[in-house]
Formats: sequence, C-alpha cells, structure tokens
Amino acid sequence: MAVAVEVTGADSTGAGPGPGFIEVDAVEKVFSVRRRGASRLRREKHEVRAVDGISFRVARGEMVGYIGPNGAGKSTTIKMLTGILTPSGGRLRVAGIDPARERTRLSYRIGVVFGQRTTLWWDLPLRDSYRLVHRMYRIPDARYRENLARCVELLDLGELLDVPVRQLSLGQRMRGDIAAALLHDPDVLYLDEPTIGLDVVSKAEVREFLRDLNAERGTTVLLTTHDLTDIEQLCKRVMVIDHGRLMYDGELAGLHEVGRSERTLVVDLERAAAPIELEGVRVVKVEGPRQWLAFPASRSAAPIVTAVAAAYPLVDLSVREPDIEAVIAKMYAGRS
Amino acid sequence: MRLYMAVAVGGFRRYATYRVATAAGVFANTVFGFIMAYTYIALWDERPRLGGYDQAEALTFVWLGQALLMTCAMMGGGFGEELVDRIRTGDVAIDLYRPVDLQLWWLAGDLGRAAFHLIGRGIAPMVLGGLVFELVLPADPLTWVAFLVSVALGVVVSFAVRYLLALSAFWLLDGTGVLQISMLTGLFFSGMLLPLTLFPGALGEVARALPWSSLLQIPADVFLGKHTGWGLIRAYAFQAGWAVLLLGAGRALQTVATRRVVVQGG
Repeated sequence: MAVAVEVTGADSTGAGPGPGFIEVDAVEKVFSVRRRGASRLRREKHEVRAVDGISFRVARGEMVGYIGPNGAGKSTTIKMLTGILTPSGGRLRVAGIDPARERTRLSYRIGVVFGQRTTLWWDLPLRDSYRLVHRMYRIPDARYRENLARCVELLDLGELLDVPVRQLSLGQRMRGDIAAALLHDPDVLYLDEPTIGLDVVSKAEVREFLRDLNAERGTTVLLTTHDLTDIEQLCKRVMVIDHGRLMYDGELAGLHEVGRSERTLVVDLERAAAPIELEGVRVVKVEGPRQWLAFPASRSAAPIVTAVAAAYPLVDLSVREPDIEAVIAKMYAGRS
Repeated sequence: MRLYMAVAVGGFRRYATYRVATAAGVFANTVFGFIMAYTYIALWDERPRLGGYDQAEALTFVWLGQALLMTCAMMGGGFGEELVDRIRTGDVAIDLYRPVDLQLWWLAGDLGRAAFHLIGRGIAPMVLGGLVFELVLPADPLTWVAFLVSVALGVVVSFAVRYLLALSAFWLLDGTGVLQISMLTGLFFSGMLLPLTLFPGALGEVARALPWSSLLQIPADVFLGKHTGWGLIRAYAFQAGWAVLLLGAGRALQTVATRRVVVQGG
C-alpha cells in the first residue's frame, strides 16, 4: 500500500508539478485575545495561533477538499486567501496576486461562497442581486447574460429569479449564492461549508453542479466542509488541518490509511449467535441478534457481506462510514 | 458609477416592497402631526411670532417635520441597524472582498431609501395636514427646487452621521446604545421637537451650528423662504460643509476599522 504523504510545518508536498495557482508558504495567523486573568482587574493577553505554519500548493483546475474540526483554522485560511485577513507570517499568492495587498484586484478573479452567510439582497428578488453583481464586477453584458442563463439552467433557478431572497429555502438560497459567486467567471472558487444544513437532494444538486463547473470550466475549487461525502464525491485531493497545522495532504483513500479508520457493518441475524469470526474483521459489540463488525475503511464491504451471509442467517444489514472527527482523532493517536 | 446607481435603485425598491408598513408609517406620521400641530397652535396663541414664525409657518414646520422624519432619518434607522448587525455577526467580511467602496455602497443605498421615504412617507402626511390646517406653500417653483436640494444635502449629512455611529460597532460590538443616543440627539437637534430658532442664547447658537440642523431646520427654512440669495448659498454651504467633514471622518474611521478587521479578524 502506498504511504500517504504527511505534511507538517513548512515542508510542502502533495501538489502536482509546476507552479501552484494557489501558493501558501509557511503561513501563520496569530490573534491576540484578551482574557480576564487571575486578577480581576487586569486582562491578560493571550496569543491564539489560528493558523500555525501551513504550506501547500494548488494547481490550476484542481478541486481540493479542506477539512478539519471546528476551530481548526479552515475559515481563517480561506479569509487570508480572499485578502480579508492579513497573515501574520509567511507568503500567500493566488493567481500571482498577494491577496492582502491587492484585495480589490484579486476580487475579480475569485468567487466566494460562505455557507452560513449570504451575499444576496434579503428583501429583493434574486434577479436584483444578480444585476448588482453585473455592475459590481463590470461584466460585459453578453457575458453576463450567457453566464446567468447557464447558472439558471444548471442550478434550476428559473422560477426563483423573481422571488425575494427572504422567501427562499436554505437550499434554494445556497444555489442562488453559488450563482452569484460565478457570474464574473472567477478562476478560483472558495466554498466554505457549501452544503451545511442542506437536505440530501439539495446536497446532491450542489455537488453535481460543482463537479460540472470544475470539469467544463476548469475552475479551481477549494472546499471546506464537515461532510466527508462532499469530499468523496468531488475531490481527489484532501487536506486535513487541525490546531492550525496541516496534518495530511493527499488522496482521500490515503487519509483512511493514515487514520487507520474503520467502517462499521451492522448485521442483524435471525437469532443471537456467538461473535462472527472472519478474517480482517473485528467484532466491536454484540447485542442479542445484532452485531457490530469493524473493518478497514479501505476495504470493500461486499466480500464481507457475502461471507457473513454465507455462514450466518442474515436478516438485515447497514454500513456506517467513519466520520472525519474520528479519522482525525485516530491520526493523532497514531502519531503519539 | 452604474453600480452605485443600481444600489440606489435597490435601496428604493427594498423599502417599496413593504407597502403595508409604509401605510402604517404614514398613519403614524399623520397622527403625530396632528398632536404636534395642536400643541403648536396652543403655543403660538400664547406667544405669536415665536422663533420668528407666524402660526401658519409654525404649522408648516410641523408637517414638514413629519414629511422629512423618515427621509432624513432623524430618529436614526435606515441602514444603521443593518450595518451594525453585519459588523456584529462578521458578515461585513463579505462586503470587504467585493470590489466596492463600503461607504459609497451604503450611501447609495441610503439615498435610494430616502427617495422612497420622501415619496412614500413624505407626500401623504403633508397633503393630509394641508387639508386640515392652513399651511404656507411656496408659490415660486424655484423655491421647491431649492428645498429639494437642501433636503438632498440633509440626507447626505444624516447618512454621514449615522455611518460614523454605525462604524463604532467595530469597537463596541453592541451598537444599540449608540443608536439610541443618536435617535434622541437627532430628534432634538434637527428641530423636530421645536424649531431651533426658539432656543435663546448659547443653547440656540450651538443647536443651530450642529450638523443635525441640516436635517430639518435648514430645509424647512428654505421651504418657508427664509433663506434666499446669498442666504441660500450660505445655508447650502453649511450643509455641504458638514457633509464633507463627516463623510471624511467616516472614511478615515472606515480605514481604521477595515485594518482592524483585516489584522484582528474582527
């Protein structure tokens, strides 16, 4: 099995050859936070290293997942890449532009979607917000009409254009926001939790659109998410960040290797039985006729199911995927 | 420029969406107009020519006050709460990565809002007041034009004050207190409660020199024909001077605030 590349500190690997379209070198962001200290009157200054020396390169047209638990530094990284936060140290380049120094010039090249915030005009129809985007980015009329028509078609916005944004559902609003971020043909799209709070159908729609966008237009996409399915369906490459440090940079499959993560097969037998014995499978729990079997996430569930069904009276089964928090927790355990 | 035109049109339209709220507002303005009109009548019966106005002029002042209350946002309001809210929740970060000027963006939106409020909330109370009371309306169409120019300047001054106050949320995080203070100062120093010409001595001098007098006192005096010729130019210069000064201050504060957000993460 290939050994997944693990990145910490200033060493950078994992990116393809050639100059990166997004270049991040030993970037740090330190916030100073005042907290009430031991004495009631004085507030002590604390340093919070939200991003602690991260380096990576993203090639043009790549679609990269950027994951990690809450407070790991994901959004801070995205904010630095848009230029709305200046790094405390290190070097950043997006399309050759220093984001913090030339925020306005960069803004024409990037699109940003924050899942929990909206750029749309709350009281007015979607169409009015798009008209504003048209003027804001000085998009040539023909291009604007073409892009809008395309987004309307692919994101199924036709009937929503004249509906005030406040009346849209979360999924509809998210599609509206994604369209707003793409009307000016950005080279890079940052998505911060684009599927948060969406139902299964809406999630699938958003993912399909992003996949097409990346394939057809070659838009570079950097995606932060909590939902591992987003990554599985969209990104070949994933970066894991925790406590402001890059823990992993490579393929998703490799992440499971490194994290030694396990999937769980829950089987219901006709009656209670002794723990199932199978090679490469570990029985985690037995509860009457129900048993929990853990196996490496890199293995297919199909042969295991076949083997169990052949030897035991199987009634029902389900497979549970490892969640990202568990994977990262295991990565820590593996390191120490 | 076309962007800010579009923002202004949007500002107009977003207020125009809420028709019932507008009707309710017109009703409230009219009721307050009546209460204030009868109070003024009692006052002017006792002291005719108070503050240099006869009774008809004083009543006109009342109804102009109701007509401009929302337009010049004398009690605050408009974009203020919204901007404070965006600062508090961090949504203001979104405004920063777009190629727009923050101050011009909000100014354009506020001008659109004011235009709507002048039409939607201004005309009806003035007409209703005029049906019941004897008001002084300018005969010369040029006076109407001069009045509208003064109102426009008043809106810009009002915006500049509210923008400064809203930006304070970057440091205070909770802007409600500031907005409440601004509401009280706005009500008093614009001349909304009583014309500023009534106040004697130092208080009157100060009240007339503060920016808020641009919101109602000056437009009303232009309407009543108190400022003509050089006097009118001086009145405009006073309003424009405050507008430039306060917009400049807002711009400086915005730069500091932006740097703070960009470095500190807000």
